[in-house]
Amino acid sequence: MNALTVENLTVSYGDIHAVKGISFEVREGEIFTLIGANGAGKTTTLRALSGQLRYGGTVKLQGRDLKGVPADQIVGLGMAQVPEGRGIFGNLTVLENLKLGAWTRNDKKGVAEDLERWLTALPRLRERLNQAAGTLSGGEQQMLAVARALMSRAKVLLLDEPSMGLAPKLVKEIYNVLREINRAGVTILLVEQNANLALRLAHRAAVLETGRITLAGDAAELLEDSQIREAYLGT
Amino acid sequence: MLYYIAQQTINAIQLGSIYALIALGYSMVYGVLVMINFAHSDLFMLGAFACLLLATMLPVQLPFVVILLLVMAIIGLLGALIERVAYRPLRGAPRVSAIITALGCGLVIQNTTLSLSPYPKYMPELFNSRTLTFSGLTITTLQILIIGISFGLMVALDFLIRKTRYGMAMRAISFDVRTVPLMGIPVNRIISLTFLVGAGLGGAAGMLYGLAYPQISSGIGILIGWKAFIAAVIGGIGSIRGAVLGGFLLGLVEVMAVAFTDSSYRDLIAYSLLLLILVFKPYGLLGQAPNQKV
Repeated sequence: MNALTVENLTVSYGDIHAVKGISFEVREGEIFTLIGANGAGKTTTLRALSGQLRYGGTVKLQGRDLKGVPADQIVGLGMAQVPEGRGIFGNLTVLENLKLGAWTRNDKKGVAEDLERWLTALPRLRERLNQAAGTLSGGEQQMLAVARALMSRAKVLLLDEPSMGLAPKLVKEIYNVLREINRAGVTILLVEQNANLALRLAHRAAVLETGRITLAGDAAELLEDSQIREAYLGT
Repeated sequence: MLYYIAQQTINAIQLGSIYALIALGYSMVYGVLVMINFAHSDLFMLGAFACLLLATMLPVQLPFVVILLLVMAIIGLLGALIERVAYRPLRGAPRVSAIITALGCGLVIQNTTLSLSPYPKYMPELFNSRTLTFSGLTITTLQILIIGISFGLMVALDFLIRKTRYGMAMRAISFDVRTVPLMGIPVNRIISLTFLVGAGLGGAAGMLYGLAYPQISSGIGILIGWKAFIAAVIGGIGSIRGAVLGGFLLGLVEVMAVAFTDSSYRDLIAYSLLLLILVFKPYGLLGQAPNQKV
């Protein structure tokens, strides 16, 4: 089954059509990446999927139509988003950020278990547990944003440019974490400008250009595609 | 001389705790919505009237605690209702529209009260106050009660904001409201709760004010409530502890100004000092500059 089905999605800001009717599906258990340059409509697409923007077309999460479902109820349906720029609450502690990620859950024991699990997987967060999240480095904040989203026990994770503003070494670390999370059964929709990295991580991919999908297919194939190499990989 | 100062300090704590309770409501609402709820001072005034009505219009005499809780519930719900019908539809509108709406709500409340109660009313004695004397210092049991209730409410609020998930959500909203729904947090419900609690504290302050200074009128909102707003700004609007600090500071300065100079200099001295604080700390004593987002 498809984790996420997007059919003919359109999003406009007034007269500006940011997303002009795109369709793709994300299969259960895979990493799917939407790559594209600045302004291609990547963030707009994600914000529509998570209910933050009004859109035309259909979005289905595990078969369920999301039209009209407000953003704060989508998390409870099993899809969480790591927003552009991480969206960490800098005035709250690391622990409080993680707890807020589990807002929709009532199983105290399960939340405590998940907390333990992510703190073990990301030990640097444990060291800074009671520190204000705003004092964390960019890489740590990104880790926190991912862990916080997963505290909801989301089955589908939307990620908006996790590599933005991070040193290459940290980006690699984040990507390793994403790979592990995916192996643990979380479906990932990754939006990236860094096509090289994203295509190496993902199973399948689509290229977004000024609001339209111009290419789609297996990530490995796209990585070899001459058009892509020229436009996004600089070779 | 020392006795005199100590005696005045007790009075200052009583006045300051009322300012602080009101200031908290201003600061909480500013924290989540970045707006000044100008109707808050009139909710404070209604708190005093609600207490008066509950104490005099019912066939039975309610216990003190029940009246306090009812006043807080009524004024709290009224605050949440005002947000729902008057502020929420304007959330995306220019900030000045929200300010005008808040001023309008305040004026409606004030003038409705004025037309229903054109002359000042007197608060009955709900509490049989006694005067205690400790080595020359006098304090009434009413003063102890007012200060005690105020401190209790402040401690409870501090717990709500620091330790509960609702408090965490309020703080998260004040940092970055756009990201909050992505946690599955219903932003509007948290904002309603903020108004409920903030207005509830304002209502309690109104009741305590009426007990301390029994002559109440529709004008006490402007007289006392707006001063509490200034206290919130001095403390750092948006900061909970700042509101408390600002409230006590204002109470102290006012009482001492009267104690040591001609009482007509009270506002001149109080506000000059407070303006001076703002010159050196533009965001207030405990306030922070707006978030620098990376």
